[in-house]
Amino acid sequence: MTGAQHGYEAVIGLEVHVELATATKMFCGCRNEFGAEPNTNVCPVCLGLPGSLPVLNEAAVDYALRFGAALGFDVPPESVFARKNYFYPDMPKDYQISQYELPICTDGHLDVDGVRIGIERAHLEEDTGKTQHAGETGRIHGAEHSLVDYNRAGVPLMEIVSRPDIRSAEQARAYVAELRGVLSALGVSDVKMEEGSMRVDANVSVRPTGSEVLGTKVEVKNMNSLRSLARAVEHEIQRQVGVVESGGTIVQETRHWDEEAGVTHSMRTKEGSEDYRYFPEPDLVPVAPDDAMRARAASAVPELPAAHRERLVREWGIAAHDARVLVDDRELVAYAEAAVAAGAPGRDVANWCTGEILGHLNETGGSASTLVLAPDGLAELIELVTDGSLSRKLAKEVLAECLREPRRPRQVVEERGLAQVSDEAELAAVVERVLAEHPADVEAYRSGDDKSRKKKRGFFMGELMKATRGSGNPKLLNRLLDEHLG
Amino acid sequence: MSAPVGPTAGTPGETARAIAAAVRRGDRRARDVVEEALARIAEGDPEVHAFLLVTADAARTAADAVDAAVRDGRDPGPLAGVPIAVKDNLCTRGVPTTCASRILDGWRPPYSATVIERVHAAGGVVVGKTNLDEFAMGSSTENSAFGPTRNPLDRSRVPGGSSGGSAAAVAAGFVPLALGSDTGGSIRQPASLCGVVGVKPTYGRVSRYGLVAFASSLDQVGPLAATVDDAALLLEAVGGPDPADSTSIPEPFPSLDPDDPGSSPEDLSGLRVGIVTELTHAPGVQPEVVAAVLRAAEVLEERGASVREASVPSAGLGLSAYYLIAPAEASSNLARYDGVRYGHRAAAGEITEMYGRTRAEGFGAEVKRRIMLGTYALSAGYYDAYYGTAQKVRTLVGRDFAAAYGEVDALLAPTSPTVAFALGERTEDLLAMYLSDVCTIPSNLAGHPAISVPAGTGEGGLPVGVQVLAPAMGEPVMFRVARAVEAGIAAAAAAEVVTP
Amino acid sequence: MAADREPLSRADVRHVAHLARLELTDGEVELFTEQLRTVLGHADDLSGVDLTGVPPTAHPLPLRNVLRADVPRPGLDRDEVLAEAPDAVDGRFRVPRILGEEG
Repeated sequence: MTGAQHGYEAVIGLEVHVELATATKMFCGCRNEFGAEPNTNVCPVCLGLPGSLPVLNEAAVDYALRFGAALGFDVPPESVFARKNYFYPDMPKDYQISQYELPICTDGHLDVDGVRIGIERAHLEEDTGKTQHAGETGRIHGAEHSLVDYNRAGVPLMEIVSRPDIRSAEQARAYVAELRGVLSALGVSDVKMEEGSMRVDANVSVRPTGSEVLGTKVEVKNMNSLRSLARAVEHEIQRQVGVVESGGTIVQETRHWDEEAGVTHSMRTKEGSEDYRYFPEPDLVPVAPDDAMRARAASAVPELPAAHRERLVREWGIAAHDARVLVDDRELVAYAEAAVAAGAPGRDVANWCTGEILGHLNETGGSASTLVLAPDGLAELIELVTDGSLSRKLAKEVLAECLREPRRPRQVVEERGLAQVSDEAELAAVVERVLAEHPADVEAYRSGDDKSRKKKRGFFMGELMKATRGSGNPKLLNRLLDEHLG
Repeated sequence: MSAPVGPTAGTPGETARAIAAAVRRGDRRARDVVEEALARIAEGDPEVHAFLLVTADAARTAADAVDAAVRDGRDPGPLAGVPIAVKDNLCTRGVPTTCASRILDGWRPPYSATVIERVHAAGGVVVGKTNLDEFAMGSSTENSAFGPTRNPLDRSRVPGGSSGGSAAAVAAGFVPLALGSDTGGSIRQPASLCGVVGVKPTYGRVSRYGLVAFASSLDQVGPLAATVDDAALLLEAVGGPDPADSTSIPEPFPSLDPDDPGSSPEDLSGLRVGIVTELTHAPGVQPEVVAAVLRAAEVLEERGASVREASVPSAGLGLSAYYLIAPAEASSNLARYDGVRYGHRAAAGEITEMYGRTRAEGFGAEVKRRIMLGTYALSAGYYDAYYGTAQKVRTLVGRDFAAAYGEVDALLAPTSPTVAFALGERTEDLLAMYLSDVCTIPSNLAGHPAISVPAGTGEGGLPVGVQVLAPAMGEPVMFRVARAVEAGIAAAAAAEVVTP
Repeated sequence: MAADREPLSRADVRHVAHLARLELTDGEVELFTEQLRTVLGHADDLSGVDLTGVPPTAHPLPLRNVLRADVPRPGLDRDEVLAEAPDAVDGRFRVPRILGEEG
């Protein structure tokens, strides 16, 4: 049930923070790496030690410009950093260097399922450290103390703020999924929500359908996956509709999504809203992207997911859904494209990749780039099926083996004698023999109705498969069966 | 007691340049030079309190290294063996850096400021950390959490601030060179009150990496010395681009050699100098201070410069703009002192309490005042009226200077409106204290270089300094004029002695 | 502009003290209210200045695009860093409990 059904419309804006996959942090040369021992990737700058000064990472700027080029943003002639002042233990300077009035990118858009979602701005800022709360729940309430690790402090972030153009939880999910695909294709972030390299906050409000006035918005935080985003936004829409319908007013606040309970909780608000006292960062000079910087960024924009999907649908003749499955997985689509380059038809490659291969990857938790079977091996397998040497059923088994061990399909087929029999004379003899062994069923077939004929065919095919030990070419057998049954 | 340093009237002795030359030649051992300095400090500093910390062992080790270099035929650098005092808001690795505040009491930085590294690389020998107003906020060094420094020329008086300890260390003859920092006059004003030379370079000429920030868009590190030439020596050694400071000017530091073509301080023909009306007649400027400026002007005219009145109309607004901009930036720069990662931490069961109490216990009154003022000036609803407006006024100051420099090459002005005042005299009168900086602030707002040169004495025989101002990047012309003022004033003083 | 503005109140001072995380005694609130009013009173001379079309000076230097190559450099040794910490355990800084919003 969506908000729209009650006569209400949901208005949603999303703030997405992505960690940029640079080698070093935003303002210092410490390594930007996930999972290191606490406080081992730190220096005077990212610890905010007295006297330290920031120096901007050129790769972070390049990545932001690349993103701007990809989604049609304006990149104004000057961009300025600003201090966002507030106190928290994961903030080494108790201010965050971010951007305020003059962000690096403004007015972009992302097309999601045929709907254009506006993106107000994308700006650069530094990430905070991580606090871990020590107490039973590991959450802040009830914690005795907190432990702080500054490895993440100073990691480059790009904050992407959409316009409130999103109208449903599903659209929100789709927007983030598409955005993730773009960022991944651009190579600017590894966008792993589960590792925190992409984080989403939602601003949700409701209003009577057709109203132009915006309702009070509520910020929702702590959604750690696309699914959880969709659930949380849907829940919040319903909650707000419920409040409004019962005559209440929506409180402007921040709510925390509780994945287990499936609800949002109000976070304890401080007296008065936070005043960040933004002012231009005096320790940094403005960034004025020149022609060379803009050109370099633009030239690094590859085929984006939407165009990529369209091309696969067109060139391979596959369904949009399958194209999406492929393009969503950068390595998988690269694998598939390599198999096509090795001579296999796109449609077949797509089938195998979205079917058995994806299944294998999900089971083993691996990625397409580490598949033991090289793309040209898949092409080889497909060729064996196409030329009739291997039945599709057996091909699945061969594939499974080749995914486990470094074997070529032809090798496996030979060794296990799985070659499909496509010799017409040989198969005709088998058909004749099987039919001769079951004269009553042949009689029943010839005199039966469509329904019972279909059943009998199935029975005959089963017997033929047994007789050929699965290696009979099914297409051929079908034809021969037809001919012999009359 | 060994010969004190500095050739001016108050501090006779060897110049840093002469010491370095002697050490490089092998005529003197750096070790001996430093022992003499340490002895002078041990004897004289208990009454002056220029130093918060004397790093005797490290100094000896550094001096020994210089001597070893000389022995091995390696170049020990232009500051070879010269004892140098360093303001305690410059980070020195492994050595406590307090900023004269309890909130950093005991903190040992794990790194050194770029200027400190450059002093070491040039063979300079750091002998200790000098006293300052807490976090460089003040004009008398009375805001230090560890007690004031006394003016060596009259110990009932202040040495000025915030680099009072560095100025006093040079004025007392403990060391020939010191490093200070200047945000609104904190090098120049104490230099003037103590009768020594103090320089604030063009904003960006000297790296701020490792200078504990007060107001980031105004702070600069600079030298204090007994002579203009010695100040040039130190400035050349520490100045120049630094990739660790984004606001560092990329051009190499210029030569300040008086023998460079067109740099002679003896013949100033063709040079045009303006006396800044608004500063010479600023509120509170004593008659003897004005007289000193006029004396300096005369000296320049004698050497061929043409001197006239000049106007920087918005200079008078500088004080008000400064007391919004500096505290605003400071309020943000000092937020990091929260008890989490280093320094003092107050006992508390909850973090907000911990923050509030740590900062209440750790900061002195002036620092708290400025943090409050700055926070207010940036706060929602007030930003435009206060911080925003002040930054616009700053643009006006810059424009007015630019207009003035369309007509002249350098400017003259008082440094401090008065001679050194008595300890305790202005501590209760905020505005009187703030007014000390009225003549120095405009250069910080504009980002221009300025130097204070001793120019005789005033009330009670206390020193009076005058400022030479130059446009951005104008260190060469500024030093040229400053050398001329210094030589001319010295010549005039010598002449007066002969004819009482 | 400034002339119309209400003078700084004690409540303003308490609010600002909270923003700045400075615990003030009642006496300090009184004192600072008075002192800040004095200083701000002087700042009000700026309100009479004609600043039409005058941009703020956010950066005194004409520098632009000061950038650093994305190349790792060695950082600090953890022990050295934690040696200065008021309280640390298991390689991390320890702070008392945090009530209120999560960051």
